[in-house]
Parts: sequence; structure tokens; C-alpha cells
Amino acid sequence: MGEISAHATPVPRLALRGITKVYPSVVANDGIDLDVAPGEIHAVLGENGAGKSTLMKIIYGVVAADSGEVRWDGEPVTVGSPSEARTLGIGMVFQHFSLFETLTVAENISLAVPGALRELSARIAEVSERYGLPVDPRRPVHALSVGERQRVEIIRCLLQTPKLLIMDEPTSVLAPQAVEKLFATLRHLAAEGCSVLYISHKLEEIQILCHKATVLRAGRVTGEIDPRRESAANLARLMIGRDLPAAAHPSPAVEREELLGVIDLSLAADDPFGTPLRNLSLSVHRGEIVGIAGVSGNGQKEFMTVLSGERLVEPFEAVRLCGAPAGHLGPRARRARGLAFVPEERLGRGAVPPVTLAENALLTAAHLDMIRSGFVRIDQTRAFAERCIREFDVRTSGPDATARSLSGGNLQKYLVGRELLQQPKVLLVSQPTWGLDVGATTFIRQRLVEMRNAGTAILVVSEEIEELFEICDRIAVMFGGRLSPAVRAQETSVAEIGVWMTGLFPGSRAGVASGGLPCA
Amino acid sequence: MRLRLESRSEPSRAMLVASPLLAGGMTLGAGFLLFLVLGQRPGAAFQSFFVAPASSRNSLAELLLKAAPLILIAQGLAIGFRANVWNIGAEGQLTLGAIAASAVAIRFDGVGAGWLLPAMVAAGALGGMAWAAIPAWLRTRFHASEILVTLMLTYVATLALSYLVYGPMRDPQGLNFPQSILFSQAALFPNLVAGTRLNVSVFLPVIATAAAWLFVAKSFAGYQMLVGGLAPLAARYAGFSETRSVWLALLIGGATAGLAGVGEVAGPLGQLLPTVSPGYGFAAIIVAFVGRLHPLGIVLAGLLMSLLYLGGETAQITLQVPYAVTGVFQGMLLFCLLGSDLFVFYRVRSARGRRRPRVDGRP
Repeated sequence: MGEISAHATPVPRLALRGITKVYPSVVANDGIDLDVAPGEIHAVLGENGAGKSTLMKIIYGVVAADSGEVRWDGEPVTVGSPSEARTLGIGMVFQHFSLFETLTVAENISLAVPGALRELSARIAEVSERYGLPVDPRRPVHALSVGERQRVEIIRCLLQTPKLLIMDEPTSVLAPQAVEKLFATLRHLAAEGCSVLYISHKLEEIQILCHKATVLRAGRVTGEIDPRRESAANLARLMIGRDLPAAAHPSPAVEREELLGVIDLSLAADDPFGTPLRNLSLSVHRGEIVGIAGVSGNGQKEFMTVLSGERLVEPFEAVRLCGAPAGHLGPRARRARGLAFVPEERLGRGAVPPVTLAENALLTAAHLDMIRSGFVRIDQTRAFAERCIREFDVRTSGPDATARSLSGGNLQKYLVGRELLQQPKVLLVSQPTWGLDVGATTFIRQRLVEMRNAGTAILVVSEEIEELFEICDRIAVMFGGRLSPAVRAQETSVAEIGVWMTGLFPGSRAGVASGGLPCA
Repeated sequence: MRLRLESRSEPSRAMLVASPLLAGGMTLGAGFLLFLVLGQRPGAAFQSFFVAPASSRNSLAELLLKAAPLILIAQGLAIGFRANVWNIGAEGQLTLGAIAASAVAIRFDGVGAGWLLPAMVAAGALGGMAWAAIPAWLRTRFHASEILVTLMLTYVATLALSYLVYGPMRDPQGLNFPQSILFSQAALFPNLVAGTRLNVSVFLPVIATAAAWLFVAKSFAGYQMLVGGLAPLAARYAGFSETRSVWLALLIGGATAGLAGVGEVAGPLGQLLPTVSPGYGFAAIIVAFVGRLHPLGIVLAGLLMSLLYLGGETAQITLQVPYAVTGVFQGMLLFCLLGSDLFVFYRVRSARGRRRPRVDGRP
């Protein structure tokens, strides 16, 4: 627990007043005030899209605020670039590392820190010993584990003797033991008077580590609290919002035929930032919407590629589609058996950007009589695209418009339309309303509910808890590659799901993070 | 004032058309300077380079004869390039096509039957496909880069050809010259215009162009390959097989290159020689790009490239400039085209007056 009581200092190390940043489509930061005392570990807590990253980029000089004031040790300052931030004494460790794999640790650090390589190696060894960050300066980066790479990033910051260290979601890539080591290092730093800004959405960690927490929601500060004295449920409520609609759609009481089944599915990650899937089980029945809540990057993407057939799995029985094993079937074979899928990336995956809407219909709907002896029936593709545009209210010049000329909301309506018009038995939807305006959002949710009522089994992955409570019959949570049991939406609450989103759900190996990658 | 490149939201249609013209203009401009440096009068040089090759019936026939293999190969390569499969070893596939067709011609020398030429055509296409199948297999099985494998196999093919014409396929009565027997009449493409070397093999690119257009614009397989090239994630999402795409791309490219090889040995050469192609396989890459990977564009680009070949020969004779000037022209054309193409997707903006606003809002 935080043993430091360094709050007494009158002048905060960093003070933000009324920071506002408006992007064309969204107010990322809206009048944010924030004080960080010397030696304080200060959490910035919020859902994805709450404005945490924008705020950190403003502090670190990557992005300029539209208005507001930054004070450093009481003096008003202008941070025009990351190098100016470093000169002030601000260091930042990004979520995704910026290291050259073919260079050694010392060589990587020498790119940012002046000094001869030999002398630098000695300093690296010294710093790594002092803060309990064991790393051999001579090792090439490609041979390091994810946890070791993060240490290199931290050492790189520490060599510049920062007075404020910003950590952006540092534990999202770490195993539990590595998380504990990281916390020890951060406490050590704080004890020496360095302030830490700790960005996270994992409530448990913040309660263990941080002295103070500023909670953001939709670009505004919704609370500044002492996380050690608040319950996780309270934090979740601040983070997610108080007034949420209750589940609007009563769940059908009877159990029905299972159309999509997952039984004890495990899968290794295929890249260093991927999440391995561990023992997932789930079933989705006819006429039911099941939602998967959770912050992105906890394995949802990997799970969906396994369900869609983009990645095959063994044993085949781990994925069952309409009652038959389907783990060995590719995307087209699964579509032929009644599956449809709306992916979260609309341009480049769900649609081919430079080709027309009619041609994009061919991507997944070709089996609807659009091919005759190997040749495309252009009249059929156009008719399909026209129907989709009409029935799903897509605002566009027509079937000959290119996919990339559409706005995000209209393209999403087209993609949802393309999948729904195939009348699937099982529908997978990832982030159905990401970045859409209210009108398009409501429209798409209504269409999903209509499909459910018509008997389709629907699986929705979404970061928006409200959305899931609005449309889902049952909700499960994904965290660190594991899946919680799916519970009836009426029998749970936003607060409970919020706590589950931090990894604390029945059957999970309760712990700070179970994101586990093999890690020294 | 600094200049900045800024990506366009939509590719510029005007630049798409203007880019090849601009590239042509810049190539001519650079050529003008080149001839000045070489001590030639640019006017006369252009005359022999670009006008003389198209000024008589015979030279027009030569123009078509040279354009034929270029267009044929480029049509095949362009299908692969659109799918992001980079077969740059068409020269080697052409060589194998020539060897295979010659083997048939030599084995059945004197048979005089009507099936001989079609058999040679089939053997040539299969030879080119077989040579292209090696990189296809290595790419799909071991993820070996087809760029490197196809290129390196070109040198293997050239050496194999040398071995054969210096050894097993050499004409026994040929006074030890490294060349095969002269093919019999039945093993040659019939002449088309008396008094010229133009033969019926010029119809091969015509057929190939029509087939390429059908494949690219109308077939589902062509669509799948296009998606694989434009948006690989979308292809995976749709379940279009990358393996199939790679195989198709390389086999089609290999087949057209092999056919071009047949066109040489059963056409103007009439026998197998240590060199069967003046670099058609490489020049076709330029043709494919100058033609915007579009079947009709490729026809125009092939004619232009053929003109450059002939112009180089004429200039060599009349002006005594080195034949390498042809290669310089080809290179400049591709270089200028790729440079101009940048502006299809980007525009230039002045970076002046774009200081970031300060954090505290004060000036």
C-alpha cells in the first residue's frame, strides 16, 4: 500500500487548469483540472475514449491544447514538443514501445540519451540496480521479453532524471509477477520525490498503487478521490456514469437451440501485443443477443477471428456452428453455413476502400447468386448494393460510390446491412456503434434487436457497457484472454460488470492482472 | 518556405491520366539533355529515335514484332502486380518457354505435321509456368519472397540455356556454333505480311489482352486477387485464399512469358540461341506500370517501349551512340512515372505559417 505521504507540499509539481482540446468530431478534453504533487503516484482513470491519452499527449507536448494553462512547479509553461517536455523533466513510457529490435539495449538508449556507449552502459547498469530493473545493456532487444522491453523504456526515462513520469497503461502487457516488480520500482521513484502519472482502467491496480485518482468520463473530470478509500464499485460508477438505462429488452425465459458454441477454447497469441485465449466457453442460442464487455485488447479481437474462421483452431469441436464442429472451416465455409460477421475495422477489413459499394457487396455476399460460371454478375451486385443502401438508410451517391467516400456511420450501416441481408443464423458484431452519431447508433441497435426477434443468434463485442445493457439478453466479460460466465442482463448491474472488467469475476484467477505473457 | 506532402482524400483522377504524359515529357526532356551531353544534335537524335522506327512498312512491322512479347508478358505480370505478387523474373520464364518449345521443335524436326506448332505453343506456356511454379511453391510453403526467387531464377534459366545450346541442343552440323538447328517450316509461325518478319504470333498479345480484360474486370477470381492486393485483411475476412492468389498470379505470368519465348524462337529467331530475348521480361515490368496495370494501357505502353527499342537500334547505327542509351531511356521512363505517380495520392503544400498554437493560448 502507498506508504508515502508527500501531499503536504503546497506547490504542485504539475498543475493543469481548464485544459480543453476539441477534435472535429469529439471534445476530447473539456476544461480539465489536475494537480500532481511531488512524490505522488496519481492515477488517471477512465474508459477508452474518455480523454486520458489526449491529456497525456498534451502534457508531453505531442498535442497542443486549444485552451487552458499548464503550470510546472508553479510557473506557467508552454510545452511545444516532447523534447521540451523532457527538458522540463517529464518522461513518458508509452503503451507500445519504441525500440529497435536489432540494436542492443545500450544502443537503443544511446539514441535518446547523449554519452559514449561504454559510459552509458555503466549508467544503465547503475540505474537498473538502483531501481530493481534488471536488464543487461549488451543484449539485443529482440531477445528480450515484453516486461524487459518495458524496463528498457523506463530506464531510458530515468537516465534523464525526470521529475514526472507518465506511464500509459503499463501493465496491459505484463504478467502478474512483473506487475509487482513494476509497482515496487514506481514506489521507489515516488519515495525519491518523482511524481508519477499512472494511466489505467484497472481499478484493482490503482487501489493498490496510487495515492490519488482523477476519474475522466467523456472528456470531463467526474471525480478526484483517494482510491485507497473508495470501493471498486464506486470507482466503476464514476468511470462509467451513474444514470444508465436498465436492460430494455426482457430476456426470453426458455432455453433454446444453441447456434454458436465455444467449448474450452485456448489459443496462443500470434504477435507480442496479442492476447492468448484461455479456456473460453460460451454459447449463443437462437433468438438471443449475448454481449461481451471489456476493454479492447483483452482478447476480443483474437476471439472474433477464431469465430469468423480467419484463424482456424484445433480441436475442431472447440467452435460449433449450428450444431456441427466448425473450428476447421474458413470464413467462406462458415458463411455458407449461416454465419455473418461485422468486424470492428470497417475500412480495409470490412470493406475494400478504393472499390465501389457494389463491388464491396461481393466480399461476403457473393453466394447470393452474384457469380455465374466464374464471372461476376454486375447487375446482381448493383441490385444488392441498391437494396442495402435503401433499406439501411445509407447516405451516398449510389452503388458506384467508393467505400472510402462514405462517412464512418454510413459505411457501418452499409456493412451491417450487407451482413443482415444475408439473413444469417448466427451474427457476430464487433463494436457495432464505435464512433457513430446518435441517429446511426440507435438505428443499428434497433436492427440488431429486430434480427434477434426474428431468431438470429447474435454475439456483440462492445466497449460500451450501456450499449450491451440496452440490447443484450446475457452479458459476459473478457479480461486477459479469459471469459467470465455469461449472466442475464437483468440479474446483474453496470457496477458489477464494471468490477468484472477489472478481472475480478467468478472463475477468474483473481489477481491484479492475468494478462500473462511469459515474462522474467 | 518549406514544402510538405499531404495525402489526398481521394486519388486524383486528373493526375492518374496526366502522370504518364508528364513522365513521357520529362523523359524526353532528360533525353534532350542526354543527347546534348553525348554531343548529338537533339533534333536529329529524336528523329532517328522516335520517328524513323515508325516511318516505313517494314519498320512498322518490326515495331509490332517487338511490341508483341512486351504486351503479352506485361498483361500476365499486371494481373500479379494488382494482387501484390511481384514476379520480376519473367525473363527467366520466357527463357524456359523458349527452351521447352525448341525441345519439341528439335525432337519432331521434319515431321511437318500441323500439330507441331500448337504443341510448341503449349510446351512453351507450360515451361514458363513450371519455372514460375518454383517461386509460387516457395512463397506459399516457406514465405520466401517471390521478388528474390523469381529474379534469381532468371540467372539460373540463362545459364541453363547456355548449357543446352553449347551442349545437348547444339546443331551437330553447326560447325560448333552455339545454336540449335534451324527449325523446319512447320515449327515456325506463318508469315503475315510478305517482305517483313511480321508473323501470326502478334495475335497472341491480342488474345491475351482480351483475356486479361475479362479476367480483371469480370471474373470473380480476378476480383479476389484484386482484394488481396488492395486490402489483405479484407481478403482474409472474406475468406479469399492468399495461396490461390499467389499461385494464379505466378502461373499466369509464367504462361504469358513462356508464350513470348515461343514467339521468339518460332518467329524471328527460327532456332534456339544463347540469347533469346533482349530483356523483354524486364522491360515488360515497365510496360505494365506505364500502362497503369490496365489491359488497354498496357497495349499503348508496349508500343511505346517497342519504339524505344527500335529507336535505340536506329540511333546506334545512324548516330553511333551506345545501345545502352535504350536502357537509359527505359529506366528514365519508369523513374519519372513512379515520381509523377506520387502526386496521384499526394499533393504538395507549403508548410509556411503552420506553427502549433501555444498551450497557454498566449501568442
